[in-house]
Amino acid sequence: MKIELSVNGERKEADVWPGESLLFTLREKLGLPGSKNACEQGECGSCSVLLDEKLVCSCLVLTAQAQGHEIVTVEGIAEDDRLHRVQEAFVQTGAVQCGFCTPGLIVATVDLLAHRPEPSDDEIREALSGNLCRCTGYQKIFDAVRLAARA
Amino acid sequence: MSTPATRRKLELGRVGESVKRVDAVPKVTGEFAYSSDLFAAGMLWGHTLRSPHAHARILSIDISEAVGLAGVHAVLTHDDVPGDKRYGLEFPDQPVLAFDRVRYFGEPVALVAAEHPEQARRAAAAIKVEYEPLELVVDPELAADQPAIHPQHWTQGHGYRDDPRPNVVRDMRIERGDPDARADVSVEGYYELGIQDQAFLGPESGLAVPDGEGGVDIYVATQWLHVDRDQVAPCLNLSREQVRIHLAGVGGAFGGREDLSMQLHAAMLALHTNRPVKMVYNREESFFGHVHRHPGRIWAEHRANRDGKLVCVRMRILLDGGAYASSSTAVTSNAASFAVGPYAIENALIESTCVYTNNPPCGAMRGFGAVQTCFAAEAQMDKLAAELGMDPVELRLRNALASGDELPTGQKITGSMPVEEVIRRAAAIPVPDPEELPRDPIRLPGGAGNTTRGDGVQRGVGFAVGFKNIGYSEGFDDYTAARVRLFADTDGDLVAEIYCAAAEVGQGVTNVILQTARTELELENVMLAPGTTGEVGSAGSASASRMTWMATGAVQAACRAVRDELDRRGGGLASGDEIDLERIYRHPRTGPLEPETGQITTERAHVSFAAAAMRVVVEVDVDLGLTRVVWIGTAQDVGTAVNPQAVYGQIEGGTAQGLGLALMEEIQTRDGLITNASFTDYLIPTALDMPPVVAELVEHPEPEAPFGVKGVGEPPTVVSTAAVMSAMRAATGRELNRVPVKPDDIVFSGS
Amino acid sequence: MEVFTPRSLAEALRLKAEQPSAVPIEGGTDVMVELNFDRARPEALLNLNEVAELRGWSRDNGLLRLGASLTYTEAMAAPLSEQLPALAEASRTVGSPQIRNRGTLGGNLGTASPAGDALPPLLVEAAEVELSSVRGVRTLALEDFLVGPKRNALEADELITAVLVQPSGARQTFMKVGPRNAMVIAVCSLAVSVDQERCELRAAYGSAGPVTGLVTAPLDEVDSFPERVAEAASPIDDVRGSARYRRHALRVLAERGLQRCLT
Ligand SMILES: Cc1cc2nc3c(=O)[nH]c(=O)nc-3n(C[C@H](O)[C@H](O)[C@H](O)COP(=O)(O)OP(=O)(O)OC[C@H]3O[C@@H](n4cnc5c(N)ncnc54)[C@H](O)[C@@H]3O)c2cc1C
Ligand code: FES
Ligand code: FES
Repeated sequence: MKIELSVNGERKEADVWPGESLLFTLREKLGLPGSKNACEQGECGSCSVLLDEKLVCSCLVLTAQAQGHEIVTVEGIAEDDRLHRVQEAFVQTGAVQCGFCTPGLIVATVDLLAHRPEPSDDEIREALSGNLCRCTGYQKIFDAVRLAARA
Repeated sequence: MSTPATRRKLELGRVGESVKRVDAVPKVTGEFAYSSDLFAAGMLWGHTLRSPHAHARILSIDISEAVGLAGVHAVLTHDDVPGDKRYGLEFPDQPVLAFDRVRYFGEPVALVAAEHPEQARRAAAAIKVEYEPLELVVDPELAADQPAIHPQHWTQGHGYRDDPRPNVVRDMRIERGDPDARADVSVEGYYELGIQDQAFLGPESGLAVPDGEGGVDIYVATQWLHVDRDQVAPCLNLSREQVRIHLAGVGGAFGGREDLSMQLHAAMLALHTNRPVKMVYNREESFFGHVHRHPGRIWAEHRANRDGKLVCVRMRILLDGGAYASSSTAVTSNAASFAVGPYAIENALIESTCVYTNNPPCGAMRGFGAVQTCFAAEAQMDKLAAELGMDPVELRLRNALASGDELPTGQKITGSMPVEEVIRRAAAIPVPDPEELPRDPIRLPGGAGNTTRGDGVQRGVGFAVGFKNIGYSEGFDDYTAARVRLFADTDGDLVAEIYCAAAEVGQGVTNVILQTARTELELENVMLAPGTTGEVGSAGSASASRMTWMATGAVQAACRAVRDELDRRGGGLASGDEIDLERIYRHPRTGPLEPETGQITTERAHVSFAAAAMRVVVEVDVDLGLTRVVWIGTAQDVGTAVNPQAVYGQIEGGTAQGLGLALMEEIQTRDGLITNASFTDYLIPTALDMPPVVAELVEHPEPEAPFGVKGVGEPPTVVSTAAVMSAMRAATGRELNRVPVKPDDIVFSGS
Repeated sequence: MEVFTPRSLAEALRLKAEQPSAVPIEGGTDVMVELNFDRARPEALLNLNEVAELRGWSRDNGLLRLGASLTYTEAMAAPLSEQLPALAEASRTVGSPQIRNRGTLGGNLGTASPAGDALPPLLVEAAEVELSSVRGVRTLALEDFLVGPKRNALEADELITAVLVQPSGARQTFMKVGPRNAMVIAVCSLAVSVDQERCELRAAYGSAGPVTGLVTAPLDEVDSFPERVAEAASPIDDVRGSARYRRHALRVLAERGLQRCLT
């Protein structure tokens, strides 16, 4: 079936299998593999995107449900050629190792700071509890969020 | 003619500086290409049909319906394997596709390639396989003598202790001094560990592209490109040159990518269809797609004198290797070698056995045998301290291993071994005061579950020390190749391009290589070419905490050769000229252990050792058996920190994995079938489960290593399970001899 | 497979009547996992995201009407959270922010899992479920709606349109046991309320029987209540926990819940 949606401010069209997830469509049909496919069951947050400005797991959105809606993926976070301050903070603090969790965490952190510009440590932990990272033990990710909040 | 390019003074990025990862920017923007992100024109999707049985005879496989389905281009079985029917990391005991029988739940049986993954799934579902269930071998204590799972005793005749029992993978003994030596006090214990999964976030995936001339290029997330190639080529009946393996972006590894997963399968489909084939496992399949950490049962007795001096340690270790050998023989040996912990001891008897079963196959995972025994040994040390009425830190200090001491294998430690300093530094980190109540529930055991406002909560502080080897052991001819191409760019500046097949799995070896090259060449313009088997010799595996040491050694050697050549040419290169040299680095040689006594047969069986000590504070809701880890303080022996920021990252991440094993991570099985193959039921620590970690680096350069480096990846994982459990026991007063500890164990088990 | 996306409730009900096998999908946090892991291949999906009538909540004469599309994030926000505090607490325990932004009450009822975290607080508050079809509208007590493990009283042509609650105003709380401090399916859970006005103790447990179960007692039976809750449950052993532990934990949760609601 044909689906039309807005991704990172651009109108996109895709021909999808009706049971297809938004994650699959973004990655395999729209050339946006930045959102990651670590579990496809909502448990890891690596596929996090903004759907009409809400943080969601794109693996749990049926592509057909995104018809006519606005999606922002990790590819749409940087401003022109400049890294977003959240991205810059992840680079600076060493919050990236294998990086598979990173795109989801970038989107989740951007969402957190949009609602809570100065989150407490507890708020950071709770807000990011849906984004699993297997490499870093989260310490440097928390550092990155704190740094981005200050920036 | 332009003036010859010369070296420019370098500003940033030498060995010892915290340097930002070169791949961090593409990773934060989403541009970094992981193995699951690859795409090729005309690409098909591969899918694997897996065994629903843990042990069964295959009576027939009927693919006729599947072949005819829409979009399907190939359906392959063991009959279609062009070359060797079996492969294996160390022993070729594992079928490329099952024939005659399946030996574990999830074993690959057939392959499909189709236009859309959904078509591939439908076709796989249409393959009819007739099975006849066979007697299950699932209890490791009975397994050794049950009917043989394999037609041939693959691991026999390789210099290990002779054990003819059909399902023994390896049986070893380390006997030192007088194993019956008596002492003032003795403590005994029995310990158990469940199966841990690496749970790297990027599931197995890759792309195989036929080259049109009978060969194939495989782009894959792996830990060791060349050993993949050496296993793949004979099964495809191709020469090594016809199989080129290229490193695609790796979403974590932790040992789980040492063995093959989809490499051979995608290559078979690609060669058969003459189209590129992509395979991506989903999370459920990933639990079948790689080996896990060996579950273990350990019986231990520690004897010591009143003054706290350890006199004799006796330990029996039983590891369940699952259906195939993978690296089980080395894990068995490691478990034994490091069983005592970083303590000097004169008398010991360590028996370590690994068996084949129809449980999930086990192999390499961060810590590699040392995790299992550290958990048992450190619990024993706490017991001993209690028995002696001695401070647990003091007891450990009294027995701390040091350079010059001998290990139970008889190996004398010649390099750096600052165990005492590691213990003192970790113990000196100030422990935070207990927090006041009331608090938000997420700061209490049970977290977001809102189960307590402070009721039932008890605090406990624990301590543990652990160590393990750095690098491959027991005579393995371990080496790393690196190649440096130095040339002048169009501006007349010198540029070095480094070729090294070291797998960047997230640990940061790319930076290590670049920092080494910058330091050696005094040059800022240094880049690393993509990892491939085509351009450079083997780097060995990104495992055993060896890659930093080995890559540093190889890159250093190649850089020095290039530098010498440059000097010979007068210190500059004309535009168009280049120097291109490859060098191989070997660490000091090791030798095998004597099979009956486990004693060294040459100067050493292991290259080097690294230790870590850790203090953990937990709060446990003892009425519900729920835990919050409050704080962790640790000191680690790291040799020289090449990139301190990355070293701290390894310590923090490695600690989280050990915490996971202590508190929540276990692959559960029933009759060999995995019952929790999902991230819904295989739980790994979230942001609310990891406490702040205060880490200190103990830097004593390793004399025989380039720049004095040691490996840093594994020690935090080795020690953290033990340290968390020490704190758990302190909080609950319970014995808690099994990990992961379940709420049940806390609530119901005896003290 | 086909996807229908109705733009109004009337259209949704008509489609459901024409295609009773169509599986409704709201937040997709249950349905998509089934699809992604090849456990379900329905003939058709009925996407309810564009049906405005199902969204949000309203109050009429004290009666709260929670639309089937109400998300956990919305249930956590004031002023609704002040009306139904245990539901708000339960919502905070659900999954992660991502799941709470998408997952809905309608979906939790549709799945009717004994582990559904919205169910115990709604049971304690004596909620009713509003079911609609082209044939009309009916309401069922939540207890009657939950007929078995992952089974509910929906007819093939019906949709869940709302949950109706008359907030009791009683002190109430929700607790959920899991072996990790976030993102867990309940090993067991308990909602408790102490209704001083009606002189009643109410508790509803999750993940401790085939369906979420309600236990009530007169106010003066506080001391024996935790034991009654534990005995009312019929837990089993599974990958998440043992029956023995679940029963024990319910007793502890009931004690703690009563304490919270009485002080
Ligand atoms: C990572 C993760 C964590 C989770 N954690 C929790 C948790 O902690 N606690 C918990 O309770 N649940 C949890 N869930 C399960 C799920 O999020 C909830 O059950 C949620 O409420 C489902 O809502 P939904 O809108 O996403 O449902 P959907 O997936 O859209 O639908 C669920 C079911 O309800 C049916 N349905 C939906 N709407 C209607 C309607 N209006 N009429 C009739 N039938 C309907 C669907 O056909 C389907 O059968 C979790 C899920 C995931 C993926
Ligand atoms: S891939 Fe979507 S949450 Fe894991
Ligand atoms: S950096 Fe590897 S999972 Fe987070």
